[in-house]
Amino acid sequence: MPIKSPFHQRTSQFCQSMNWKDWAGYYAVVSYDTNHEQEYFAYRHAAGLMDVTPLFKYEVTGPDSLHLLSRIMAKDINKVKQGQVTYCCWCDDDGKILDDGTVSCLSQDHYRVTSAEPVFHWFHQNARSLKVTIEDITSRFGILALQGPLSREILTHAAGGDIASLGFFKLIDSTIDNRRVTITRTGYTGDLGYEIWCENNDALVVYDAVMESGKNYQLIPAGLAALDVARIEAGFIMNGVDYFSANHCVINSRKSTPFELNLGWSVNLNRDSFIGQQALKKEKKEGSLWQFVGLEYDWDAYEKIFANFDLPPQTPAQAWRTAVPVYNKNGKQIGRATSGAWSPILKKNLALASIKTGNFTMGDTLHIEVTAEYERQLCPVTVCKPMFFNPDRKRD
Amino acid sequence: MIKFVSKPKTSSYDAVIVGGGHNGLVCAAYLAKAGKKVLVVEKRPLVGGAAVSEQIAPGFIFSTFSYVVSLFRPHIIRQLNLVKHGLQIIPMETTYNPIPGDKGLVRWADAGRTRHEIARFSQKDASLYSEFGLAMGRLSRFTKNIIDTTAPQPASLNPKELFKLLKMGKIFKNFDGNMRYLNVKLMTMSAIDFLQEWFESEPLLPSMAGSGIIGTFMGIRSPGTAYVLLHHYMGEIDGAYRAWGFSIGGTGQISLACAKSALSFGAEIITDAAVDHIDIKNGRARGIVLENGDDIKAGTVISCLDPNRTFLKMVGEHELSENFITQIKRYKNRGSSGKVNLALSRLPNFRDGRPGQHHLKGDITIAPTIDYVERAYDEAKYGEYSKRPFLNIVIPSLSDPSVAPPGKHVLSAFVQYAPYNIKEGADKWPDKREAFGNAVIDTIEEYCPDIRSCIIHKQIISPWDIEKMTGLTEGNIFQGELSLEQLAFLRPVAEWSRYRTPISKLWMCGSGTHPGGGLMGAPGELAAKTMLTEGGV
Repeated sequence: MPIKSPFHQRTSQFCQSMNWKDWAGYYAVVSYDTNHEQEYFAYRHAAGLMDVTPLFKYEVTGPDSLHLLSRIMAKDINKVKQGQVTYCCWCDDDGKILDDGTVSCLSQDHYRVTSAEPVFHWFHQNARSLKVTIEDITSRFGILALQGPLSREILTHAAGGDIASLGFFKLIDSTIDNRRVTITRTGYTGDLGYEIWCENNDALVVYDAVMESGKNYQLIPAGLAALDVARIEAGFIMNGVDYFSANHCVINSRKSTPFELNLGWSVNLNRDSFIGQQALKKEKKEGSLWQFVGLEYDWDAYEKIFANFDLPPQTPAQAWRTAVPVYNKNGKQIGRATSGAWSPILKKNLALASIKTGNFTMGDTLHIEVTAEYERQLCPVTVCKPMFFNPDRKRD
Repeated sequence: MIKFVSKPKTSSYDAVIVGGGHNGLVCAAYLAKAGKKVLVVEKRPLVGGAAVSEQIAPGFIFSTFSYVVSLFRPHIIRQLNLVKHGLQIIPMETTYNPIPGDKGLVRWADAGRTRHEIARFSQKDASLYSEFGLAMGRLSRFTKNIIDTTAPQPASLNPKELFKLLKMGKIFKNFDGNMRYLNVKLMTMSAIDFLQEWFESEPLLPSMAGSGIIGTFMGIRSPGTAYVLLHHYMGEIDGAYRAWGFSIGGTGQISLACAKSALSFGAEIITDAAVDHIDIKNGRARGIVLENGDDIKAGTVISCLDPNRTFLKMVGEHELSENFITQIKRYKNRGSSGKVNLALSRLPNFRDGRPGQHHLKGDITIAPTIDYVERAYDEAKYGEYSKRPFLNIVIPSLSDPSVAPPGKHVLSAFVQYAPYNIKEGADKWPDKREAFGNAVIDTIEEYCPDIRSCIIHKQIISPWDIEKMTGLTEGNIFQGELSLEQLAFLRPVAEWSRYRTPISKLWMCGSGTHPGGGLMGAPGELAAKTMLTEGGV
């Protein structure tokens, strides 16, 4: 049975649809309304407020904090200065990815890590002989994600401090309605956005204050279904959907590496040793088996598939995450699309996919499986970089 | 933001398009994409014609005239890269019919919820509502086929034309008997009679019927209005047949996206450049002459203006046959609607006891009873604006905060009826404008008693103003009524429904051509494609 987040009293009040799911042991709202469209458009044209408390949260403190994180993360955490947040992933000894998340540097001996899965044991195991304390603070803190083009205006009204000049992937200690919060300019929508950390006891006060500030900006509570569309547009991978943590893979072939997931940019190979370094160096030299790409459906062909059954084209009502095969032009399966969505803002049908290296180049046409009227069909797709939506405001 | 100039770069073009309405821009983009040297000439400082966004009061951006989008052709969006050029559409999910002292009726995107709402008024209607939607959806596919191609020519023996008719016949053949009868009824009945074959309750009936009269000078009891209902089931947003949407930043953003697309393909656009007349010699268009006397030569002249303005003002009667002139003069413009745009200091209170704002995010229709809407028409028949008009209200700032300052709102009310020819004479509209606006605000006040205290600024637009501002004859928003006798192979007149005109090298591309008005882009696209395949340019 899932537990309630510290914001539950409010989210349950707004959740007219009763559409909940279990996210990492918490009740999480899928969509507040019977469909998620308003919430999606709030993320893209106004702002949406989402309870992301179920993210696993760890506090790493002590003089060897940096040492520990540098050892675990594929990214060089030495480069992360106080007041910065960084996105990173971490691997096992074979360079296979375990999870991805963020590391916030509150000070040189004080970090916070978020992850999709519980990693306490992994961190602890690698902290032997280090002067470091690792604490699971998941149930101590609530996090609100305030995302969308108007999130800056809303937060400027709600929070103390200089929110307006808070840079991309920077953090600031602040207050909201006299409660202490940490605000990071991060998110999972690929848009301008912030995440607000607060202690459980302050959660409802903070929630109310943000909603109140958002009144004049069409802020609405938003759920996971809308987020899923947004994150696919942004090309953000999801653990358990687009890849599987090596810890959970029964067979080796299901494991992935950062390079295979287009996360090579977050791997710093030439530095002090870190877990998986040798394997990743070898992969970098020899090449990766898979490549993570974006796929854009050929709309005219898609429409025709349905027209053959005398049906209008049916776009998926929600983002999907049931992997489907991808073929080359000779009909040979060369990969799988792991998630996808109709993008209302781009007016395109999109998918994220893993394709075997050597079978394509960017811009190629491949074929994806589509089911129309219970029949399997193939629809041409164009291979592109897995970042479909990337507005300037995200970084500005 | 694009800045337009008022002087063309050169004095000669493959094609000059008179009027920078959205169809003219779409046409320009397709022609430029095909490598033609194209110039669009617009008299106003901004492009878009009746699809413009204007800052009427500081911080308040209005879709001055056309205010929602439904039928903009998805393939045009793709072919002209309009998303890349800034087009963004948010679907409108609700239709709200307020009733004083009641919760009113809200039709939601959620079918179950809508059923419960309608059941408050009629169990029967509630159970039939989705069935009706399905039937209309099926019928609209027949019509969709018509709007995406040039008008079929039933009198032609050209094999291509016969094939097109055959294809339509095939769709018709695939209908079962009931659907065929339904189609015939739809083409001949009044909106309300047609709907009453299905439904029994108010406010469902008048609110649905209302969509059949928008932009026409007919009442919900006038035969032929049922057909327009279908347009509401043809709306395609995101590939799916569905409702209406707001353009982010107002409908002007759609025009701007079309303009940017045209520019990206190499077209030229000039604004603040009013055309005096089309230069014609020996029955052939040679170019245009601007009001400032500038002469611009063109291989082809394309008019995006309405047929009346094109032929009677830009061409001149002396260049045309008596028969053609008579037909153009018979073509019905009959402006019947006005617009009241309000800048609001806060959201007005509908006093309906409904929590939140969600039900106000779509369109709000003031049409409480059948008699109310028909009475509104009665007044118009005798040259008066309706004292209690049919209103279609939207508050786009609830979905798109970019159009109003924080916490403030823009309200746009489409008002019917406001006849162009009031009994005092159309030119007396300026004296009547304020009273007309007050009638609209009085009407809204019956539902939102606090509306007056919310108003910061108001813009009242009569059909006379529409004509003055945009050039649309009699202020008809569709460049001529969308009544059956003025559609398809009869638009604008028989024999000239394929964008050609009796003047050689003069073509048409506006809403006065097939498939007609509304923010569709289809006339512009089909005109361009026809010209390109038939050597018109």
